[in-house]
Amino acid sequence: MSEIFRVAIIGSGPAGKSAAGRAASLGMSHILLEKTDHLSDTIYKYQKGKHVMATPSQLVLRSDQEFEAGKREAILDKWNARTKELGVNVKFNAEAKAIRGTGPAIEGSVHVIEQRGRDGSITKKEIQRYAPPYEIVLTNGETIMAENVVFAIGTQGNPNRMRCPGGDLPHVQYQLDDPTEYVDEHIVVIGAGDAGIENARGLAEDSAQGNVVTIVSRGPEAPSPKESFPTAKEANALALLGDRNAGKLNIRFETDTASVEPGWITFSTRDGEERVRCDRIIARIGSAPPRAFIEECGIAFTSADRLAFPQLSPVFESTAPGIFVIGALAGYPLIKHCMNQGYDVIEFINGNTELKPADEPILEAKFRDLPGRKSVAEWLDLLRENVTILNGMNPLQMREFMLDSDAKFYRKGDVIFERAAPGSSLFAIAQGSVAVQIDPNDTSKTVPIGQGSIFGEVGLISGRRRGATVIAAEDTICVEISRNAALKLQSQVPTAKKAIERISTERLLLQMFGSGLKPDDITEVVQTSKIRQIKPGEAILKEGDEGNEIYVIRVGSMIVEKEIGGKPVFLSYLPAGSYVGEMALIAGGRRTATVKAAIKSEVIQIDGDAFKKVLEAHPELLKRAKRDMASRQDINAFIEAKKDSFSGVVDMYSGVANFLVENGIGEATDVLLIDESLCVGCDNCEKACADSHDGLSRLDREAGRSYAHLHVPTSCRHCEHPHCMADCPPNAINRGPDGEVYINDTCIGCGNCQRNCPYGVIRMDKVPPKKPSLLSWLFFGFGPGPGEPSKKWAYANSDPGVEKPKKAIKCDMCAGIEGGPSCVRACPTGAAIRVAPDEFLTVARLEQEEA
Amino acid sequence: MASQAQPAAPVVRKKTTGRQRNSMHDGFLRHRNFRWMKIATVLSITCLVSYFLVDVQPRHNGGSWYGYTLGTIGALLILWLTCLGLRKRAITPGGWSLKAWTSAHVYLGLSLIVIGTLHTGFQLGWNVHTLAWSLMMIVIISGIVGIYFYATLPDNLSNNRADSDGAVTERMMIEQLRSLDRQLHDAAQPLDPAQAALVQASLEQDPFDGNFFQRIGNSYGGCETRAAIAELRRMRAYQPRMGDDPLDKVDGLLQRKESTLARLRKHLQIKSMLQVWLFVHVPMTFALLAALSAHIFSVFFYW
Repeated sequence: MSEIFRVAIIGSGPAGKSAAGRAASLGMSHILLEKTDHLSDTIYKYQKGKHVMATPSQLVLRSDQEFEAGKREAILDKWNARTKELGVNVKFNAEAKAIRGTGPAIEGSVHVIEQRGRDGSITKKEIQRYAPPYEIVLTNGETIMAENVVFAIGTQGNPNRMRCPGGDLPHVQYQLDDPTEYVDEHIVVIGAGDAGIENARGLAEDSAQGNVVTIVSRGPEAPSPKESFPTAKEANALALLGDRNAGKLNIRFETDTASVEPGWITFSTRDGEERVRCDRIIARIGSAPPRAFIEECGIAFTSADRLAFPQLSPVFESTAPGIFVIGALAGYPLIKHCMNQGYDVIEFINGNTELKPADEPILEAKFRDLPGRKSVAEWLDLLRENVTILNGMNPLQMREFMLDSDAKFYRKGDVIFERAAPGSSLFAIAQGSVAVQIDPNDTSKTVPIGQGSIFGEVGLISGRRRGATVIAAEDTICVEISRNAALKLQSQVPTAKKAIERISTERLLLQMFGSGLKPDDITEVVQTSKIRQIKPGEAILKEGDEGNEIYVIRVGSMIVEKEIGGKPVFLSYLPAGSYVGEMALIAGGRRTATVKAAIKSEVIQIDGDAFKKVLEAHPELLKRAKRDMASRQDINAFIEAKKDSFSGVVDMYSGVANFLVENGIGEATDVLLIDESLCVGCDNCEKACADSHDGLSRLDREAGRSYAHLHVPTSCRHCEHPHCMADCPPNAINRGPDGEVYINDTCIGCGNCQRNCPYGVIRMDKVPPKKPSLLSWLFFGFGPGPGEPSKKWAYANSDPGVEKPKKAIKCDMCAGIEGGPSCVRACPTGAAIRVAPDEFLTVARLEQEEA
Repeated sequence: MASQAQPAAPVVRKKTTGRQRNSMHDGFLRHRNFRWMKIATVLSITCLVSYFLVDVQPRHNGGSWYGYTLGTIGALLILWLTCLGLRKRAITPGGWSLKAWTSAHVYLGLSLIVIGTLHTGFQLGWNVHTLAWSLMMIVIISGIVGIYFYATLPDNLSNNRADSDGAVTERMMIEQLRSLDRQLHDAAQPLDPAQAALVQASLEQDPFDGNFFQRIGNSYGGCETRAAIAELRRMRAYQPRMGDDPLDKVDGLLQRKESTLARLRKHLQIKSMLQVWLFVHVPMTFALLAALSAHIFSVFFYW
């Protein structure tokens, strides 16, 4: 057996490489395992010349490797050179397959892996942990022994492999670096997701290459591009179909691969097997996250949630003693964090217990303005002990949590947030108490919320504006938890999730039904309630069905439809925070209308009988519910009456409403619409947009869909739960004071948001040089004139010495610009309007139109 | 004073002021329930009534105190109306709305017919003064044409663009043409030379070829695509029908190309009509400004 290393580091990305560098400079015996033949594969795979950014800028870099923002090539060169200089012991083409302890079994330390089958069944697998040293088995059969293992493998995972016979042949590849490399080949691309489509289109782009490209999809061809390629973006699907119609490539639907042999591929299709020529296979069938592999090593995760991270001690040690996890896999996606952790983890392994984390100054700054001089560690402990939902966190999680959150001090009487202000953060009271003003007309009516509890959860869950003004009832310290931190918290600490759900259900009900209801009155209702996820288009109520449950919309939005004359007619739009189903409960009888989800939603299902008891005990509430019901019945009656006399108008209203919901207005908070019966196509909206924002337009007027002269251009809808925010490494996407979703300067240009936006409204571009003034263009013809300058002009006039990075660009609703959105102000005919869906999709419109 | 230690906020995003939220909307003609039409009507009627009430001796003319008043109002109005071009392009912060400006521009511009004409006292002749008046009238009449186009054409533009799944953009139309051309090129390979030459002619013709009048009239006499369809059909009429005729495919593609061309040409026609009046309106405005300066200068010079 070969030597036992003190530490083996798996993965040579920023984290692993920094760790190896530290180990080398400390003279610790170490080995760095990299599965490819080059260092830092993730960054290596970035497109050529990509500008890599170094955020957060306030974080001090602590590593033996250097890192500053710059071009991909320069950074890689520097790292490679430095790795060599430090004398790091690197082993390339070494992919770890399994890791097991070779020491005695650790008593009582059994790791249970739960695997959820497709049918929902759960199988449990138990793994006995063994003490170090660990034996690392590589895919080529070699083994490596190490006392400590550092996982720095990132979250990219490994591409799913082809499982059919011949799937391991050398002409099957899982990546396409340069589509122009291949000529006169028969190429099959497997998997019709975005990656597969982009590869196939790239290979077929230039017909002079003479490639015969076929893309294979399992699903059937549907009438709409979106349904034919459900996992791809609509724009990609459309482009692919366009290429097929142009005869550039072939698409095979309902096809699977049966086997692969050199030069040929056999497809299994609906009509049997078919053998086709094939020189190269590019398989883009998704990738498996590294979680399964890591769990097999005896490392427990915080929860079964897909977003959960491994359980770690303050020194990054996992539940398997001697195995450490750092970097993106530990929940830190930014390069600087990764490099610092690489340094820290080696120091910890080396026995340095004095080392303070590199984020100490950031946290210090966060606590600087709070009264009472405490150290960072003391503050973290105080918050963790005082705030109920934070009780279950460990110190490392607490640190990370605070990086995304803020601690704030409010004097008695200070307003924490105002009613109707946008905001999606959650507040927790660490010290003191607050008062919620429940009546907007009478500020003296308040409800107290005490120390340890939370508030602001409605904004967090529904993405809607704040429901009430909250003021500090005494001198108070609150933690403002950003939406991302709150989501992470809920996935890490299940008890926190439950507590937030219970409190939010209770408050939502109290707020909706008001009328002097107390938390005690609705205990039964809250306990019997269930939270249900509803898929878009799924109905929670069907016209004519029986049932007396009440549904409260917690997340998302719903549309109410009624069948009139054999056609579904749109009755109303229900935003989050409204309830349905009370008619059948109060008046009895069957459901009078169908309610279905406009977008992916969550409802609280309330047991009808439990709620009936509450109604009976509170005549006041019953009266109110009846009033609400009467107004809904009025709408139904109005539509039905109008159906006969103005059926055209009602049809139109129904049609427009459905069109808007289809185009994502259901999840919008503020959307630009264009009345095409007024639009003269002058594109002044686009020009105004570019001139208000550094010369880059964030809207494409002509693109997008239209219905009955109403056009939804390609422009941000400022979704309630923005898809773009979901995966932003520097957390650069936020919601501003006007409700706008904006991207701040810390954007690193990774393009995740662009890929995640289902409406294609985010573009990646560099800021063009400043234009000469309008008057010098008007009188002397200097510069390109109003609007976005052409790429050519921008290129010719930019400073060649300064490299500007491409960053994500999207509508920010002209926040901070007096007068509001320029697109609307600059429309000469009044065609451009910005609306919120609940204002726009009301029957009041119908009444007015008719008048 | 207010020098308390504020928490260090990197960039404070200010809440925007003056933001109008209104999901009900109307066009520039109906803006604010015809506010500017009402104002312009009152202005015109005031001018008309006072014209008859004020007794200028020996007769109304531009040189009386009343004439000067109307002239000053008119000249200032013209200058202000010209500023629309600047307002449209200067995207400054503030509570302005270009729609309100357009609305005012339209109605106040129309009221200039009354103000300007009354200012002349109906003393028209072959001189620089009447030149200014005539140019003003040309500008106003071209503006009326523009209003007519703006009020009627957008619907057509939108209808022409509408599609079962959304709306086709100009770029998509051009893209479709390119794609059809590529397919035609491939599909025409098996044809005999005479037939292939017809398809070739359709491929080689630049669809944007054609002068201004063709574009605005949407009449493209020498359209090779149309000619190719007609000629190929004529040739085929006497040929025996055989299955799998490459001409079938070519015919289908040519038809699709023609309908795409028709849509694109209609699109371009409407777009040019929405702009063509400006080619009179704007240059004439500058001519008017020049004539107006000459008119004012000469009036004061030859006092």
